[in-house]
Amino acid sequence: MLRWILGGREAQGSVEKNPVLFIGEEQPKNWFTELQVLKGHFDIVRFLVQIDDFRFASAGDDGLVLVWNVETGERLLELRGHSQQITAMTAYTHTSGENTHTSLITASSDRTLSLWDPETGNRVQTVSDLQSSVKCLLVLERLCVWVSGGNELCVWNRDFQLQCQSHLVSQGISATVELPKNCIAASCILYEPLCCPCISSEPRLTMSTGSRLSVAEVRRLSDHQDSIHALININDGLFASGSHVGELILWDAVDWTIMAYEHILWEESQTDTQAEIRLAAPKPSEMSIQQLTSDGELMVAAVGSGLYVYSVITKSVVAYRKTAHDSNVLHTMLLPDGGLMSCSEDGSVRIWEMQDLLLPAEPASAGFFGMWTFGRSNKQAGPPVKKVLELPSLRTLELTGDLIGHSGAVQMFVSFGEKGLVTCSTDHLLIAWKNRERESHLRSLALFRKLEENGGL
Amino acid sequence: MIGAPDVVAFTKEDDFGEVGYPNPWVVPEEFSVPLFPSNNNANPWAKTSYAKFTKDFILISEFSEQVGPQPLLTIPDDPKVFGTFDLNYFSLRIMSVDYQASFVGHPTGSGYPRLSFVEDSRVVLGDSKEGAFAYVHHLTLYDLEARGFVRPFCMAYVSADERKIMLQFQELSLLFSRASECLKTGNRRAFARELQRKLRDLEYTRSVLQKEEGLQREAGPQGCYSARAVDKANELAAMEKSIYEHRDLLRQITSYPLRPRRDPHAAHCQHCVTESQRHRDAPPGPDRDTGEEAGQRRQSYTPQLIKGKSAKCFAKRLKNLTELCEERFYEATVELLNHTERCFRGDLCYLYTRRLDRALRRKQNITNFLFEEELGEEEEEVAVLGRIFCSLNHTVGTDSHIHTPSIVLCPEPPESVEVLEVNPPCPDNSAQQSEALTGEERLESSLSDLTMETQDQESSEENKDSFSSDRSGGEEEEEGREGGDQTPVFLLEAEEGGEGETHRVCEREGEAEGGAETEEGGAETEEGGAETEEGDGQRVPDPELLVQMDTACCMSQEGFLYNSSPPDTLPASGLQPGSLPLPLVVNQEPQALLPVQGDYGLGSPHCPSPGAGLDLPVSSSGDTTSRGSDQDGWDCTMSASTGSERAGSPLGYGGLVTLRQKKRAGQGALRFVRQYPFALHALWSLLSGRTLVVLGSEEGRVRRLVSALALYVPGPGRCGERVQPWLSCPFSLTDLQRWKLIGLQRMASPVGTSMLCSLSRYSRYISVLDADRKTLRCPGYRGTLLANVADHRTRLRRGSTYFLHLQNVLSRLASRAFLLSFTHHLHLPISHLEQRQEVEERTRGFLRDQLRLGEDDCSILMYLSQLITQHYLDSTSGGAVTTQPHLEKDNTPGTTQQDLEANNILDPATGGAVNQQDPESNTGGRVNTGQYLDPTTGGAITPETGVEPTTGGAITPETGVEPTTGGAITPETDVEPTTGGAITPETGVEPTTGGAITPETGVEPTTGGAITPEQYLDPTTGGAITPEQYLDPTIHQSATRSRAPPSFTFNYTTSLLYKI
Repeated sequence: MLRWILGGREAQGSVEKNPVLFIGEEQPKNWFTELQVLKGHFDIVRFLVQIDDFRFASAGDDGLVLVWNVETGERLLELRGHSQQITAMTAYTHTSGENTHTSLITASSDRTLSLWDPETGNRVQTVSDLQSSVKCLLVLERLCVWVSGGNELCVWNRDFQLQCQSHLVSQGISATVELPKNCIAASCILYEPLCCPCISSEPRLTMSTGSRLSVAEVRRLSDHQDSIHALININDGLFASGSHVGELILWDAVDWTIMAYEHILWEESQTDTQAEIRLAAPKPSEMSIQQLTSDGELMVAAVGSGLYVYSVITKSVVAYRKTAHDSNVLHTMLLPDGGLMSCSEDGSVRIWEMQDLLLPAEPASAGFFGMWTFGRSNKQAGPPVKKVLELPSLRTLELTGDLIGHSGAVQMFVSFGEKGLVTCSTDHLLIAWKNRERESHLRSLALFRKLEENGGL
Repeated sequence: MIGAPDVVAFTKEDDFGEVGYPNPWVVPEEFSVPLFPSNNNANPWAKTSYAKFTKDFILISEFSEQVGPQPLLTIPDDPKVFGTFDLNYFSLRIMSVDYQASFVGHPTGSGYPRLSFVEDSRVVLGDSKEGAFAYVHHLTLYDLEARGFVRPFCMAYVSADERKIMLQFQELSLLFSRASECLKTGNRRAFARELQRKLRDLEYTRSVLQKEEGLQREAGPQGCYSARAVDKANELAAMEKSIYEHRDLLRQITSYPLRPRRDPHAAHCQHCVTESQRHRDAPPGPDRDTGEEAGQRRQSYTPQLIKGKSAKCFAKRLKNLTELCEERFYEATVELLNHTERCFRGDLCYLYTRRLDRALRRKQNITNFLFEEELGEEEEEVAVLGRIFCSLNHTVGTDSHIHTPSIVLCPEPPESVEVLEVNPPCPDNSAQQSEALTGEERLESSLSDLTMETQDQESSEENKDSFSSDRSGGEEEEEGREGGDQTPVFLLEAEEGGEGETHRVCEREGEAEGGAETEEGGAETEEGGAETEEGDGQRVPDPELLVQMDTACCMSQEGFLYNSSPPDTLPASGLQPGSLPLPLVVNQEPQALLPVQGDYGLGSPHCPSPGAGLDLPVSSSGDTTSRGSDQDGWDCTMSASTGSERAGSPLGYGGLVTLRQKKRAGQGALRFVRQYPFALHALWSLLSGRTLVVLGSEEGRVRRLVSALALYVPGPGRCGERVQPWLSCPFSLTDLQRWKLIGLQRMASPVGTSMLCSLSRYSRYISVLDADRKTLRCPGYRGTLLANVADHRTRLRRGSTYFLHLQNVLSRLASRAFLLSFTHHLHLPISHLEQRQEVEERTRGFLRDQLRLGEDDCSILMYLSQLITQHYLDSTSGGAVTTQPHLEKDNTPGTTQQDLEANNILDPATGGAVNQQDPESNTGGRVNTGQYLDPTTGGAITPETGVEPTTGGAITPETGVEPTTGGAITPETDVEPTTGGAITPETGVEPTTGGAITPETGVEPTTGGAITPEQYLDPTTGGAITPEQYLDPTIHQSATRSRAPPSFTFNYTTSLLYKI
């Protein structure tokens, strides 16, 4: 394992399970050349929420919410109030006239909801004694309300007054997305393993006369075979959900029909030699879709420890890598330059670049996974036809850089563009990754400014 | 007979001739070295003198009125120093050039004797026959028993090198003036106390006389007076006169500090002046004490019956120096002199080099933190020492209140009893002494006995007590010279380095360091291979101590009483008789302090001090002063290491990194460089900011390597906070940004495995030097800058030589980095359209074309420049605000500080200064003197945020930097508000820096040319640097550090593995 200490330079990769993924220390495209460790939490940090273009909040199992300045790394505020771990956090921006004011809404296991003012650190509103702890929060800016999902779906207005609530499902809601026509999609984590069909239900908020809101379930979409872990909006017309067994379904956002259905198997079809090594069918956890992210055209699914890039437009796979990380991928993000960033339980953040496959005959992709494609029409049709991938559109994910610093699973990251990237981890730390050139440039500017203030040296 | 000493004239030419713009090519004055007189091509190293002593030393001599000139003390106090040099003869010579003409006696028109306030005089004289030259500082101390109340002394710096004394005259004069001032202050206090005692005695005697006279008048027939009654009346009248005289003397001495000083060198202290003004306003009224209640009296001085006429008792033993001066002042003086001796150790060449070095470093204030040790130097130390005696003056007031309750007149240690017993001549005195030994509670009751006894003593004194005179017979001499008003021989500019000295946060540490350094300096010049440890040498007691004391002389007895009593006998109470309770004095006999014949050590008045263990261990322990100072230094480093940064680097150097340590590390570094061919790469890692981990299983080897390599760590911190010599647990990411050099223990346990895990995990951030296998894993260096410091075939053999060579290279690097940091156009856009990338490109071009550096060398400079930027941003922020209080505090120690001192510091003399500094150092100042990369403390001032308010906060950095986005205030226009659109870096810069940085405009890439930046460094830094600006790294930073965490930068570079 530590062969490099004994002398082998290339053995550096021995830390990685997959030597193919070893990128080495030469990372010219990786511009994160300065890091800043932000300490303050005492337990796992799970959530990062961007407040504006230089502030963000972090929250985790210690019940603390900390507000940071990403430029300086200063801890601006410490929001104390929750006695148990934070289960959800979102930024709540409302515009009154010229001013936009961003607040933070946090939900905790102590069954309270709080609204914080990140300018002053005040706890503006708080609701306690909820029937259940809230698992997800969704702000519907259009309606000036926000929705909390736990065992029930509650709709609140800006002043933390409960507008309406509904017990939609017997299980808790784990994710919600906003859909057109005042609809919300809420997905539930399956608690009882026997009850196989997973439910995706769509409550509709109906605006009755006056300001009275009510929420009612419109339809239940039960096409997933297992519990749904991920639910995202792709664009106005589409949303997507991913399940524990690797099902990825694209839904029409308006009439809630299936636009595409992918079942990611990660099947190793390069048989012969590999088959013996393969122990069994892929474990479900290897196919579990942990997280979905999309920029409207591409959708990235974190599948087990792999990454899967799907083009929404062509409804086909663009790129994939089965073992992008040594462990489960927890969070992904599409970069504006066409790259991809992912973080994982193995403690690293990796930066990927989608490159055109140089050799179309590259066998590695020939059958890494099987895929069934269902048209909307033949959804209930006969046995799925295994489609051999046509390669021209397929590209590869090339590792262009990795960020190593955390000693625990990297839970999440939030990017501030050029200002840097902030990662949070189970090792209680946050790390701000920055560009050294830019930072030193800023420091030089500060130096000359100070020089001016001091009137010379 | 004594020939006329050849007095060497000393004049200093004033160079006020040329005013105007200095020629940039002329070396500034502080860097100039007087040329060696090049007559007949003399070898400058030839030993020209045939002096009988090997090292310079300080000689204190006295012109005793009894025995004439006699040497009292040498510093260092080691007979080896002066060897066969005839101190007696030399004392004769130097004391015979006393320029003082002190006036003594009753001036016409005045009925009272007047004290002569004599200024010191300074001369240089040489004895070519002996090959000895001396700076001689004459001073006068007051002694009530001495003729004219004055005793002439002199302190001489004796050297074999005339040039050294001549050229260092001002420095010598400054330091000796301080010492003299200190000594004289203590002497005045002692003198005032003595006067008060005498007044008490006189008044008591008067009352007794009055009573007796009344009795006689009653006893005698009415109307006619017997002869005895007339005698009594005369005696009474004489007593009255004597009282008036002494009161007048007391008034004169207490108003001493108020008199106009003609001596420009005299250390002034406003506090002293005001204090004495206060005393003068409340005139000394010894009478007031008499009417005080018994409880107070108990603690006060017990008056004794004395003879009416102030008889000149020639037979009496004169007070020695320690008796003439209050103990703490005396010790401070000796400490000052010790320090002076250390300061001037070494030959002239060495002194000049050191001075140049200091001057240069003072110029490089901004970059010193990188590789130089802090300027904790002599002037610094002098400033501190100068404050010592001043604070002595002022702390005593509070001291007394604190110490008074604890004063116990404890029995004498048994030795003194023995002393008593072996001292046959005064049986009654020893009896009295034993009374005092039995318990002080008897003191009050035995008052009458005492007075009876003292009466006996008085009578014996009148008879010029035989046994005392035969004991001290050899000393009976004619009186010493009388001093009068004199003019200082040399008028020198006052206080050149003292007052305006920079007040550093950790002055005591600086002092300690400086002291160690000078010691080291002595060793380095090969001057004293067998350098004497000052701290260990027992001071040879004053010759005067050996003199048999006149037991009958009440005055001298008092003197001893005073001296032997602990600091409860406070000077302030002497000056302030009414307000402060006079300390209770053991009425012990001077025999208790008499040295046993042949046992010099006992002669020190410290030994039997009853205050031992109560307070002031320095004064009461038998240690020499210099050891006391050493202990102080040690304490100070200890406190420094237990300060806040201790938590930061628990296993750091544990104290200041002194120059001595560094030079010793130089040997290790040289060995490293010679032993490992790949040393170059390791050095590059350190210099470019990549943490180097020294991995090894043997602690000693790893520690040695680390301390050697620590030389190369830029900005290691005052105490080496960025170096972790030995770590035996896995390190984390935060350790990497805290430490730049880590010694790591290789272990076979599971802990070791996880440690190696962290090693491999963070391998991209670190370089690993395996001390066991002798391998190095780090990125390869392909530059040229380091080639000559890491040449393993180097011809250098000596560690100190290598160290100096390295310092040379490193300071060159530092000055280049300074240039890089403070050159405007390398960081600010020249035109509005320029983006950050273009500026960076220009910077790269500058490094590549102007400095001709390769990529790897650039990274060194970039890292150093980054450190400088960081340091500048951190250290200056708020500095102007926060330093000011410190300055005030230091100059006028307030009462709170004094309370603090008195409570927990045992020696107010030296400890006071320590304690004053400690709170400051504990604020974390030394931890974070810019060590942590505090990325943007000024981040709030970054252009983006500056722009945001106007444009709504949605501005990306580029638009923020880009001034064309509209009316928003852009950083460029912020920096240069006047020139509007066409901003060139030069114009952008000059108004802000006042032209101090103008030379850099010459380096502008457009001008091209082969300009080497070093040429421009001197004028660049030689601007208006006020050191205070940069010297307060603490307060603000410690406030911000908690908020803005440090960051560290790195490169993604492939590491290579090097083997031997």
